[in-house]
Amino acid sequence: MKCRVCRGPAVIDVRRHNAAFCPEHFVTHCREQVRRAVHDHRMLEPGERVLVAVSGGKDSLALWDLLVDLGYDVDGLYLGLGIDQYSDESIRYARGFAGARGLKLHEVDLGDDFGFDIPAAVAVTHRSPCGACGLSKRHLFNAVALEHGYDVVATGHNLDDEAAVLLGNVLRWDAGYLGRQHPVLPAAEGFARKVKPLVRLGEREMAAYCVVQGIDYQVEECPMAAGNKHLGYKEILNALEDRSPGSKAAFLFGFLERGHARFAADARQEREALGVCRKCSAPTTTDVCAFCKLRERAS
Amino acid sequence: MKITLRNPKRELEVRGPLSVVALLQRLELNPESVLVIAGDELVARDVRLDDAAVVEIRPVISGGAS
Repeated sequence: MKCRVCRGPAVIDVRRHNAAFCPEHFVTHCREQVRRAVHDHRMLEPGERVLVAVSGGKDSLALWDLLVDLGYDVDGLYLGLGIDQYSDESIRYARGFAGARGLKLHEVDLGDDFGFDIPAAVAVTHRSPCGACGLSKRHLFNAVALEHGYDVVATGHNLDDEAAVLLGNVLRWDAGYLGRQHPVLPAAEGFARKVKPLVRLGEREMAAYCVVQGIDYQVEECPMAAGNKHLGYKEILNALEDRSPGSKAAFLFGFLERGHARFAADARQEREALGVCRKCSAPTTTDVCAFCKLRERAS
Repeated sequence: MKITLRNPKRELEVRGPLSVVALLQRLELNPESVLVIAGDELVARDVRLDDAAVVEIRPVISGGAS
């Protein structure tokens, strides 16, 4: 295989683009895809302060690297989940990346700062581990961004993540979630803007980016994610992609171009119905928000 | 060649030479779901791996909270 750009030896193929790249031009490809996503969806403006949600995995570290490379002012936020050895290792990768580049990393720990961790939350509630983790992340990324005056929260959701979430939302025809599924969620009362700059890059590209750039990331899967339904959706979508390259991108971008607007009113109605949490002032549909309820029960 | 697989970590021996795509077929792995790294270098699917190669097959799928 030859690099599409320089005809030198390729190290990775990207079949949906019918292309292969050498290391140098693969990095250029990733940078260009992020630049295009940011531009096309008006994710970031020059001079804005960005908070990237960092897990120590390939997506969040690659995202941080790419945004800094593109000239944005980006700090990181790591959330300690208390998942035994997995969390101990993940913070080492996050600190190692930030330390080597002189970048600022905020650290919040569920146990130290809120008196519970994900295993405890799962033990006392009916939530799945991924449900409790996702709820905590969404709440705290938003809260820390607002507290520290960041304009926007950037997350490492990639094309595969978004296609898998879309498949799940379509299987349930969940109109509210379909209306909210977009690479940009605008800022609103109580919400920082949220953006997904990796939406044009696949999961395999993000892992390859880290290998090519020498970014040391946590390869091990979260032990509590075993059996997660999104992993199943990804396997199904990858089987389709192997037979018909470009399927995932066509599914996601076709929805964004031709389907999303049909559900936007459902999401708008849900947002307009939000009140304020009596305990923490976060937006919520009930008297006390889901995060505060989880904290009360698990701590 | 010596192959290392991850999640869970395990090792196996496969006789070379063999192309990357043939190796993945033999192990029944979807090329969309993994990277193949020989030594410290990422290798494309048409690369021929010799019998002395030390190869890591790294999964790229991560799941969990969305």
